[in-house]
Amino acid sequence: MLPPLHINQAVDRTVKEHWGRILAILVKTTGDMQLAEDVLQDATATALTHWRENGIPDSPEAWLIQTARRRALDKFRREKTFDKLQPELQQWLEIQSDDNNGAEDEVIPDKRLELIFTCCHPALDQKTQVALTLRTLGGLTTDEIAGAFLDKPQAMAQRLVRAKKKIKHAKIPYEIPEATLMTERLSSVLAVIYFIFNEGYSAGTGRYIIRNDLCDEAVRLARITLTLLPQQTEIAGLLSLMLLHDSRRFARQNAGGQMIALEFQNRAIWDKQKISEGITLLKNTLKQQRVGPYQVQASISAIHAESDQWQNTDWPQIIALYDLLYAMQPSPVVRINQAVAISYGGKPDAALKLLKQLEQDSSVQSYQPFHAALAEILIRQGKTGPGRTALHQAISLSTNDAEKQFLVSRLDSLKP
Amino acid sequence: MQYMCLIYSAANAGPQPGTPEFGPFMKAYQDFTTMVKDKGALVSGDALQPIETATTVTKENGKLETTDGPFAETKEQLGGYYLLDCKDLDEAINYAAQIPTAEHGRIEVRPVIVWDD
Repeated sequence: MLPPLHINQAVDRTVKEHWGRILAILVKTTGDMQLAEDVLQDATATALTHWRENGIPDSPEAWLIQTARRRALDKFRREKTFDKLQPELQQWLEIQSDDNNGAEDEVIPDKRLELIFTCCHPALDQKTQVALTLRTLGGLTTDEIAGAFLDKPQAMAQRLVRAKKKIKHAKIPYEIPEATLMTERLSSVLAVIYFIFNEGYSAGTGRYIIRNDLCDEAVRLARITLTLLPQQTEIAGLLSLMLLHDSRRFARQNAGGQMIALEFQNRAIWDKQKISEGITLLKNTLKQQRVGPYQVQASISAIHAESDQWQNTDWPQIIALYDLLYAMQPSPVVRINQAVAISYGGKPDAALKLLKQLEQDSSVQSYQPFHAALAEILIRQGKTGPGRTALHQAISLSTNDAEKQFLVSRLDSLKP
Repeated sequence: MQYMCLIYSAANAGPQPGTPEFGPFMKAYQDFTTMVKDKGALVSGDALQPIETATTVTKENGKLETTDGPFAETKEQLGGYYLLDCKDLDEAINYAAQIPTAEHGRIEVRPVIVWDD
């Protein structure tokens, strides 16, 4: 038997590593997300004393599930709601919580995919989808999630409680959607994962450590989803995109936390392992010839990852990929990025022309990246005056401190 | 599980009576009703007279107060409902999306409370 100190660690580790998996199976078998979370918390507390007395079980994961199920069963019986459960749930709860030894050998089915589709159900708003996914599949605490989004813990707790109530009372199913709904529902799951990643990736807000955790969590969620739905090429596309972005984690900020543009990053400290994994995954995925927006974005990111220096970037290829992306996602944002690529590719006049066309769209006027892109292209052309005006516009529209700082330092660099 | 699908639309939105589009629109409603009935999902469903016919009733300090018109003066008005029996929210959303008014109005889907006895 291990000394008591290690018991805390063993419990901690089991809960951290397996939280999503354990919770998913409990949610599926109790049909109640809040109850599942409560009984798992209970089981975790019980584990501390039980494992200290009897040693750490062979399968800590199975032990926690077993104990949590028994708690659920007790609660159903106490509240006399057991008879109202669906017969297969009743049977499952009874059989599984009866025999301690049996449970340890049991193959624990993976129900995380069902749970992620529930958490990302379009009947919930996106912020709720994100928070719920981090809580139930990532095992982040309410305080951690609130911290990551600069929300008050109380407000975040209420959001989660409301969501769990809606899932229960409106009966949002814990199921993998049928084929006809799959594309739409999967896109909602992928949007949540990418949102989590971008929250971690966009510098400046929230605590740095939690931010990086969010990136790791997004990558982990994408890996799980891909393992469970290997035939869906866009999951691989997103995973590859995130790995490639994340490979620049240590190069894209200076010691003071300020953003460094791709052009000036030290490419030697890009994470080679992430790049190679991202590119291999992307290549294998593109071969399946079911291309979607994430795969195209990953392809653009891969071109940057593969060029040893900024000057060698294959801009024509990037510009062509933006055309493909625009065909799939006709959004002005795609065109703005494309215009920047066109200017880098040595055709600033063509880039400006494209931006002028976009200016017709009134929503673009209040969009910070539009003015930042315009400023950058003008400045590179030597048109400092109009460039400065555009920069001022971009700064006034920026809501992110690091980004604002970045734009201000660009403005400062222009002063004679 | 029962879901109330509340059908909202603006008075001037969608096919208007007396226009060629109105016939097919009504036919689409008949078809929808037949479909949910055949699937065993239909509990009930009705169309309501327009808001000009509405009377809002309240009691203040025990005294009956009536107001001419609907409770809420919004652009989109409740025009009818379906009460449907569905497996889960996905099924309810799937039906709601097929209600003809979904094309130009909105359908609010609300689960009906199941009281514990």
